[in-house]
Amino acid sequence: MKLNKILKNGFLIVVACLALSACATSKKSTGQMQGDVYTGTDTVEYLASGVPDRVFFATNESVLTTASRETLRKQAAWLRKNSKITIVLEGHADERGTREYNLALGERRANAAKDYLMTYGISSDRISVLSYGKERPVDSGSNPLAWSKNRRSVTVKAN
Amino acid sequence: MKNFLITLIIILIPVKSFGLIEVDITRGNLNPLPVAVSPLSIDEESRKNFEKILKKKNIGSEISAIVENNLKISGLFNPLNKDAFLQEPDIANLKPRFEDWNLIKAQALITGKVSYVEEKLRVEFRLWDVLAGKEMMALAFTTVSSNWRRVGHIITDKVYERLTGERGYFDTRIIYVAEEGPKTQRVKKLAIMDQDGANNKFLTLGNELVLTPRFNPTSQMVTYLSYFRNLPRVYLLDIETGTQEVVGDFPGMTFAPRFSPDGKKIIMSFAKDGNSEIYTMDLENRIVEKITNHPSIDTSPSYSPDGKFISFNSDRSGYQQIYVMKSDGSNVKRISFGKGIYGTPVWSPRGDLIAFTKLHKGKFYIGVMRTDGSGERLLTENFYQEAPSWSPNGRVLIFYRETKTDSKGKGFSAKLWSIDLTGYNERQVPTPTDGSDPSWSSLLSN
Repeated sequence: MKLNKILKNGFLIVVACLALSACATSKKSTGQMQGDVYTGTDTVEYLASGVPDRVFFATNESVLTTASRETLRKQAAWLRKNSKITIVLEGHADERGTREYNLALGERRANAAKDYLMTYGISSDRISVLSYGKERPVDSGSNPLAWSKNRRSVTVKAN
Repeated sequence: MKNFLITLIIILIPVKSFGLIEVDITRGNLNPLPVAVSPLSIDEESRKNFEKILKKKNIGSEISAIVENNLKISGLFNPLNKDAFLQEPDIANLKPRFEDWNLIKAQALITGKVSYVEEKLRVEFRLWDVLAGKEMMALAFTTVSSNWRRVGHIITDKVYERLTGERGYFDTRIIYVAEEGPKTQRVKKLAIMDQDGANNKFLTLGNELVLTPRFNPTSQMVTYLSYFRNLPRVYLLDIETGTQEVVGDFPGMTFAPRFSPDGKKIIMSFAKDGNSEIYTMDLENRIVEKITNHPSIDTSPSYSPDGKFISFNSDRSGYQQIYVMKSDGSNVKRISFGKGIYGTPVWSPRGDLIAFTKLHKGKFYIGVMRTDGSGERLLTENFYQEAPSWSPNGRVLIFYRETKTDSKGKGFSAKLWSIDLTGYNERQVPTPTDGSDPSWSSLLSN
């Protein structure tokens, strides 16, 4: 009986999900953001197999999310294995802020990533930080999804 | 510097101190004053000489066209159509037939003549009160021929000053960032032009990203941010010689530079380990001083015109807000308390107001408030606009505005705009390419 009910509910939930995703196709942004942090992979490149090159931030924030910390731990593991590699952390902001503040915010985001890599054993001599503020968006859209892709810190091989 | 020198030679007739016509500048452009700008008359020999030197058919008409355009863009004047003029430009040496000018409803009339004297350009001009039938001002000056555009600006400054009681702002230049290319890979160059958009010149090639150029209020120097060799640092550029140098020896990003009112110091932010603080550097002895000390983002500093205070924006309260402190960094006080976030404070050259950018509910505003934060007034609302810069008389703000892209990310543009302090007379400032980060120079002829 109980199982039957669960199955029934489960079925209903699945139906509801289908209905929602059908709605969502007209507005692609849903499902790629949690809160306003980008969780998709559209713009992500890989430093090595399974090692994403970037982490994303909420509006005006430089706090690392759970997903960002996981990405950075993978980067740290890869950097420990490849001890000759040096990196530049490029910090970026979306277009919805004043230019100068965004330069500072990009620097703060890249430093949040740097600090985390350092706690996982990567020497600060191997890391430099470069803020682009809002000067180098990856997505030129003026919408919340584009902005979420642009609020990022990207780890770039420097050598 | 040489070619900027203009010598005021003689004041033909002493300016009478009583004002006949008055332009009400406190209420914006609701009733712009009808003014007739008669083309400057020119004798045939002078005309031929200038045609040869400047490749302009009639330099007299060209100069008065500049005056007309300036008066129009100020929003305070309505230059009348020349086709309606009954009297020919040759009135320069005569008393105008006031009844003719009255007929076309001109309240003020500008007449004058231009001549070629000892290989130089000599201009005489007079400002007349049509209703009272009196001369209000008469001036003459001589300059090198290539300065002919500036002659038009100086005439406008004198007329504006006489009719409004405030300094003019027409013999000035704008430095800005010229932009081209897709939004994701914008190519940016420093560019400079006259206040009316003429004489546009690129100062860098676009090989490296450049941002936020600002004029030294006392000389032809500019400070700006350059990503030369991928190291974002504050630079100093001498517009006359083209010499560039990095400002200070900082081990990280320096940005948001501005000059002190005496032009002797640069104030800027230095970002390190996720924290941005405000520093000054004395350009003579190169002494660096740290002004703020707070683990938040402190940036966009701007001095008061007397040099005693600094306004800046900080997110120490959680969001970006405007603060004012003494120039040594003491007595920090938050002054913005309205709804939304506030940034880019810039002190008016008159000292009584601070212009700012505000973001509230997804809209950007340019506004002004008193230096204690009271009397906030929003002048213009848009999808995105920021970074106001004052005209040297504190009357007009220039800023940049970006458009929203469509669902495919197309349709982006960045343009310069200006607006009167009253919130009236908003207009686009023409630039050959897209533009951002404008900064207004002081008057070139002081």
